[in-house]
Amino acid sequence: METIQGSEPRMPNSDRPFPVTNLGYPAELIGPKETYAGVSEQIAGIPLKHPNPKFWFIGFTVAFSFFLLFCVAVTYLVYKGVGIWGIQIPVAWGFAITNFVWWIGIGHAGTFISAILLLLFQKWRTTINRFTEAMTLFAVICAGLFPLMHLGRPWVFYWLVPYPDTMALWPQFRSPLIWDVFAVSTYFTVSLLFWYLGVLPDLATVRDKAKTRWKKIIYGMSALGWRGSAIHWQRHQTAYLLLGGLATPLVLSVHSVVSFDFSVAQLPGWHSTIFPPYFVAGAIYSGFAMVLNLLIPIRRIYGLQNLITERTLNNMACVMLATGWMVTYGYIMEAFMAWYSGDVFERAEMWDRAFGPYGWIFWCLITLNCVLPQLLWSRRVRTNDIALFLVALSINLGMWVERFVIVVQSLSHDFVPSSWKLYTPTFWDVATLLGSVGLFLVLQFLFIRYVPMISISESRELIAQRKEGKL
Amino acid sequence: MTEEQANPAVAPEPAFEFEEPKLFGLMAEFEEHEQLLEAARRAYAEGYRRMDGYSPFPIDGLAEALGHEYNEIPLLTLFGGVIGGLGGYFMEWYAMARLYPLNVGGRPLNSWPNFIPIVFELTVLVASFSAFVSVFLLSRLPQPHHPVFNIPEFERASIDRFFLCIEVIDPKFDRGETRKFLENLKPCKVSEVTE
Repeated sequence: METIQGSEPRMPNSDRPFPVTNLGYPAELIGPKETYAGVSEQIAGIPLKHPNPKFWFIGFTVAFSFFLLFCVAVTYLVYKGVGIWGIQIPVAWGFAITNFVWWIGIGHAGTFISAILLLLFQKWRTTINRFTEAMTLFAVICAGLFPLMHLGRPWVFYWLVPYPDTMALWPQFRSPLIWDVFAVSTYFTVSLLFWYLGVLPDLATVRDKAKTRWKKIIYGMSALGWRGSAIHWQRHQTAYLLLGGLATPLVLSVHSVVSFDFSVAQLPGWHSTIFPPYFVAGAIYSGFAMVLNLLIPIRRIYGLQNLITERTLNNMACVMLATGWMVTYGYIMEAFMAWYSGDVFERAEMWDRAFGPYGWIFWCLITLNCVLPQLLWSRRVRTNDIALFLVALSINLGMWVERFVIVVQSLSHDFVPSSWKLYTPTFWDVATLLGSVGLFLVLQFLFIRYVPMISISESRELIAQRKEGKL
Repeated sequence: MTEEQANPAVAPEPAFEFEEPKLFGLMAEFEEHEQLLEAARRAYAEGYRRMDGYSPFPIDGLAEALGHEYNEIPLLTLFGGVIGGLGGYFMEWYAMARLYPLNVGGRPLNSWPNFIPIVFELTVLVASFSAFVSVFLLSRLPQPHHPVFNIPEFERASIDRFFLCIEVIDPKFDRGETRKFLENLKPCKVSEVTE
């Protein structure tokens, strides 16, 4: 099946540094002079030759120090218990669940880009899917740790898994919290399989380009003897497409299940049917923002502008703008339904959200998530990587604040005024959050150092399609 | 990865070979993917069956041109999905209604609407697993060594070259005839692949 992407007429003279279509949008999906050998050399060269080692070592060191902070925070947590956090009754969820929802949301972009855009034949995903899938895996790792730490006794986390134990006890399969266990672990596993299936042919390329014995052995073992046989490719492509098809409803289900944790409860501010779609839109919103925050610096530092073109950035910015409005619609509907329901608790809760003690945080959220991203209407912002980076940063912060408002503010203001209580994070709350960012970045740095971060075989496909005149 | 590739010093190739090693097949090397596709079609029309194409990216229709129309993966994935879904429901029902029945306000023990999310997740999980595993089992991977790795040009099969290998086990294979046929396809090179 063919699309007309990239085959639009080009404008001969423009004031932009990149080729543009007649409407002024960036035209290139991949640099004009790329060859099979060229992209192989460029992408496989990063894990093999390690360009820019200074940037990598400094970045890795900073990330690793935050990761050490995480280790300290978790060790102290296991030693002392969840009391080291600011959580109390009624705000029992605090930072831990805020971070969980935030991280799992970030993890949505990868599979959205690789699965849903694969099924929709969006070719601009080709050069970013590997990277975002890896980001998904790392974000889900960070996400999964928070509910485990929040269990109080993380060492018996396996009680959540159904197995015939000697206590004759079973998890409550009717509870959204158990659905979460299944949704997150399935999401991680399927994303990992999808990612590995995609990376396999590229590991074979790295194996064949490797010069030293150890690299040949290690990449050779991870490539499992892939030799690019046509029959293997046929199976590989079928399985890849099927995994894409299976992962598509999965992406939508994971954050829906996470939102059930909230909407199944009776609490004002949580008990709402808009939660599943609104959570999924928010997840893709923050996921794309995180992809841009990571990709823009890496694109510059490793000189990948010929592969990750302005067109890709522009398209990602458009997706953010669209999902941003879905999220904004969610906020408006939450407020409207609170008023329209006529329910006194819902109304009081909404009023408290905007004008109560946490009101300033709510207005930060509106500014970061709804107002600032409107800059993306400008094509100049969408194709300028620094401006786009800043907008993406605002969205990332905004989405964290959104989860904070949903988790903490709603819990702090339930039905009975006598049980209202404000939540203040402690040092350990902040340390765990920053530490989890460190863990995420450590994994990310290791990935860009040791694995080809752009799909080489799919980039070759783009070049072949251009040769055939289909691009 | 072969030993020779890993360390070329281990097995230096003699300038003249008097005792020929066993032949695996004849390998033609092409520069463009369309050439390989065309070559595969012509080889199939010529009556060759035991052959394989090698390329650095998937080529639409190549496996079909080589006579490999049938693909088992979709059926195996469906099979996995059905097992996952039914197995998941059985697990939930057996645990909630038989092993650990909990009366919550007289609600039915087999509360199927609440079982749907986990059934869905397990369907996707097992279906994905079976798709993934069947790629490797059917292709007999991992297989670290394969005769095609014996020719040095094959390193470029994962970079920018396209190969067609007609294997000795093909009933129509004849060293001279097959070589002539392959050379007619205008490859950049035809080489002999030894076991």
